[in-house]
Amino acid sequence: MSKEKSINVNVNGKAVELVVPAHRTLLEALRHESFVEIKCGCEKGDCGACAVLLDGEPVDSCLTLAWHVDGCEVTTIKGIGQPGKADPLQEAFIETGAAQCGYCTPGMIVAAKSLLTDNQNPSLAEIKRALGGNLCRCTGYTRIFEAVLLAARKMREEGEAA
Amino acid sequence: MLPSFDLYQPQSLGDALQALAKSDEMQPLAGATNLVPDLRGKRETCRSFISLKALDDLRYINREGDRVTVGACTTISDILRDSAMQTDAPALYAAAEIFAGTMVRNAATIGGNICCGSPSADTVPALLTLGAEVTLSSASGERTVPLDEFYVDYKKSVKRADELLTSVSWSIPAVNSVNLFYKLARRKGDAITVTGVAVMIAAQDGVCCSARIALGSVGPTVFRARAAEDLLTGKALDEDLIEQAARTAADQCAPIDDIRASAGYRLQTAFSLTRRLLTQAWKQLA
Repeated sequence: MSKEKSINVNVNGKAVELVVPAHRTLLEALRHESFVEIKCGCEKGDCGACAVLLDGEPVDSCLTLAWHVDGCEVTTIKGIGQPGKADPLQEAFIETGAAQCGYCTPGMIVAAKSLLTDNQNPSLAEIKRALGGNLCRCTGYTRIFEAVLLAARKMREEGEAA
Repeated sequence: MLPSFDLYQPQSLGDALQALAKSDEMQPLAGATNLVPDLRGKRETCRSFISLKALDDLRYINREGDRVTVGACTTISDILRDSAMQTDAPALYAAAEIFAGTMVRNAATIGGNICCGSPSADTVPALLTLGAEVTLSSASGERTVPLDEFYVDYKKSVKRADELLTSVSWSIPAVNSVNLFYKLARRKGDAITVTGVAVMIAAQDGVCCSARIALGSVGPTVFRARAAEDLLTGKALDEDLIEQAARTAADQCAPIDDIRASAGYRLQTAFSLTRRLLTQAWKQLA
């Protein structure tokens, strides 16, 4: 029925060509290309496990049609921080013990990264709102919120030191 | 995996309208945040779509005099980024704040929220209290329809298959008015509305000069509680009058039982939330 189309995206700084039909979601297309750090959860935009940054804004990749991202920049959890130099958010998640089973963590950090890029001094309410589309079934959220607050503090301190 | 479908991606509004004029079955999509789950859940049977994603000229917020016009492809996050919306459309801003989750707000559009026609669409009660109008465009021209006359039944509207909802507009609320929205749901984030209420009350020296009340998730469409509005208009606001108006608004509801709440709970909360918002408006206007 639907033809395939070549979609060019930049994923974590690397050019990727996706040859996909119209009904392929970004989540399916990228996991097929081995970007399995993007987690597949509810597939209906409720859980946020599949969150990626699309031109800097977090979206649910399970709701995003691959055809809609031609020419866009995609950042997954692997595009945040580098091996040997973790992002302040990643450090803070480790330090506070914000991950238990870890399945929601990539999406949590992606959504939190976008918040901290816009706002380096978020209130607890702002953090809760920013993470309102991310479900965690283990932690009860408390340590995740602590981690984001800690990361924000780290980023402010780094900013002052620089 | 989603069922296979065709997707046409026009680069201009003109091309989009021409395509809609030629096809009987093509349906528009923008953020697709409702559509993708509906396709996956087999609730959507259409297999031919037209994407509005590339139509940047439908993504704008314009102000001219006291009139605000928002393009159909403006996202919920775009509304939140426009801080003047807090005064130009207080209830709409409040609805946008509590709309789904961050990622969905970044993709979902105001036009999509209106056109899906869900009784739980959060922007709609707010827009109804703002007295919003929608512009429906087709290859043969365009028409403006009051949002209040847009819906005819559950997920059904007066929009023809060859028409595209291209914008929604309203007048900035008067200085002596209060515009409020309350969403009752299981959680503050990422939840479907159990009962949604919006009010716009304007008053002069304690007398209500205009009233709009809109209710969501308590009937087949979002609707205005006209009888309750009439009851308030021209009268001095007080507790008894507000109680009576809230009662009248609840009488107009026809809720259903579903997984989120019983019809009885919805009826009770439609009453209590209408009373609460009207009381809050009255106090703020005093």
